[in-house]
Amino acid sequence: MFDEQRFIRLAKMIYQLMSLTFGLVLLISGLLLYYVIDPNFSFFNSKADSLANAPAIIDENRIENGIHVRTGLIDAEGLMTVVNNCTNCHSSKLIIQNRMNSERWNATIEWMQETQNLWPLGDNQEVIVNYLVTNYPTKNKGRRENLANIDWYELE
Amino acid sequence: MPAGYEPLALQDPNPFKMFNKHKDMTVLNDRPWNIEAQAHLLDNEITPNSRMFIRNNGLIPEEIDLESWTLTIDGESVVNKKTYTLTELKSKFKHHTYQLTLECGGNGRSEFNPPAKGNQWTVGAVHCARWTGVRLRDVLEDAGIKSNAVYIGFHAVDKHISLDPDKEPISRGCPIEKALQDETILAFEMNGEDIPLVHGYPLRLIAGGWPASVSGKWIKGISIRNIVHDGTKMTGTAYRIPCDPVQPGEKVKDEDMCIINSMPVKSLITYPKSGATIKEGKVLNIRGHAWAGELEVAKMEYSIDFGSTWKTCNIKKPVNRLAWQHFSAMVNFPKKGYYEVWAKASDINGNAQPMLVPGWNPKGYLNNACHRIAIKVN
Repeated sequence: MFDEQRFIRLAKMIYQLMSLTFGLVLLISGLLLYYVIDPNFSFFNSKADSLANAPAIIDENRIENGIHVRTGLIDAEGLMTVVNNCTNCHSSKLIIQNRMNSERWNATIEWMQETQNLWPLGDNQEVIVNYLVTNYPTKNKGRRENLANIDWYELE
Repeated sequence: MPAGYEPLALQDPNPFKMFNKHKDMTVLNDRPWNIEAQAHLLDNEITPNSRMFIRNNGLIPEEIDLESWTLTIDGESVVNKKTYTLTELKSKFKHHTYQLTLECGGNGRSEFNPPAKGNQWTVGAVHCARWTGVRLRDVLEDAGIKSNAVYIGFHAVDKHISLDPDKEPISRGCPIEKALQDETILAFEMNGEDIPLVHGYPLRLIAGGWPASVSGKWIKGISIRNIVHDGTKMTGTAYRIPCDPVQPGEKVKDEDMCIINSMPVKSLITYPKSGATIKEGKVLNIRGHAWAGELEVAKMEYSIDFGSTWKTCNIKKPVNRLAWQHFSAMVNFPKKGYYEVWAKASDINGNAQPMLVPGWNPKGYLNNACHRIAIKVN
């Protein structure tokens, strides 16, 4: 009888130990799996942070009156391709002030690739050049333009 | 998008506060920073920092350590490679102060047709501040110049806009003859104070009368070269014009482009601001500055009838060689109406400013066409 009781107690102990080990393995593998999916454990970050980040992500590419607010570029076909490839090194202001035909834009892109570390653009090059010549076309200025946008004031 | 390229930060720094600039300065580009003046902002005889244009090819260095800052003179044509601390430079060599005109080679680019690539400068990429420093000649001679020296090239600490540490944003220079002129200095003061960071603190090469890109900022080294310096922005099409004149829009091969040396004759009406209305019968006083690269301005004229007739302005001698000269005139208008006052300077060799935009070139340099302002007489 005594032996039987001892055997049952021993069996229970082994059972509990095994359950504990199995539980721990399950927990660790679960955590590891989560780490693979979400290495920053962002789920556990405070809610306030995620709320603060959310509007910025939306704002970043806001369009107002046909203008991409962050860059000042015209909202048209190819906009985001231009934003993503052409505003990393230099400001969009450099794009907007220039007026070139497709031949000269292509030459400029080649120059940037040869000397300024611009990456290969593949099919995006045509999208970018089309966007530029369509939305920022050249205009004929002649040899000397009229004075324009004169801010008239009374001189005492 | 390859790794290592971070999108522009969403922050919007205020350049007017950051660089102490006048609120009417025009921001052409914010990465890299390029800001120009308007004609009326340049009325001072000595340009204050708040009205000086900013031209950058790369990113402005963020941390400057005066104690560890050194200048190294090296190159194929140096006798002894030498390194100086700032204190050594300041104590070992005599100090000189000059007022020197620096104009961006691309000033006026916005007027070229067909348009030229780059920042579209109008009239405000010029200034004439007082610079204090040591003569480059004294420093080069201290290290020793071999007889085969033809050029110098500068090296600086600004960062390339792609953040590639192996790329220099700009490393230009000038022929050894220009480097040895009295007025070519390594400056550590501007208008009596430390040079503002954006203008080259703590050490800037100043070569007045040449494209301002020769006047390198944040200088760490000068190489004495036995060839024409081949640093960034010396080769290809940068700061070069076609060796022979070309038709507007024509393609020009790199080997047919020649380096710009002295800037051409030019002037600017800085008072009054364009757009003034005055009463009939009133005399209009105008004034401004004129400069001619390596040369002096000999004659200054104005016209109120689009060049049919020209009248002479008073023009002062420069305060020193390579400083701009001040002109003034009293203008009478015959009757009511719309007028333009055009200003035309001529250098001592008889070269005058053209009324039309001069020879087209692929990068839009050297537009020295006459400046004009609009006036209404009521």
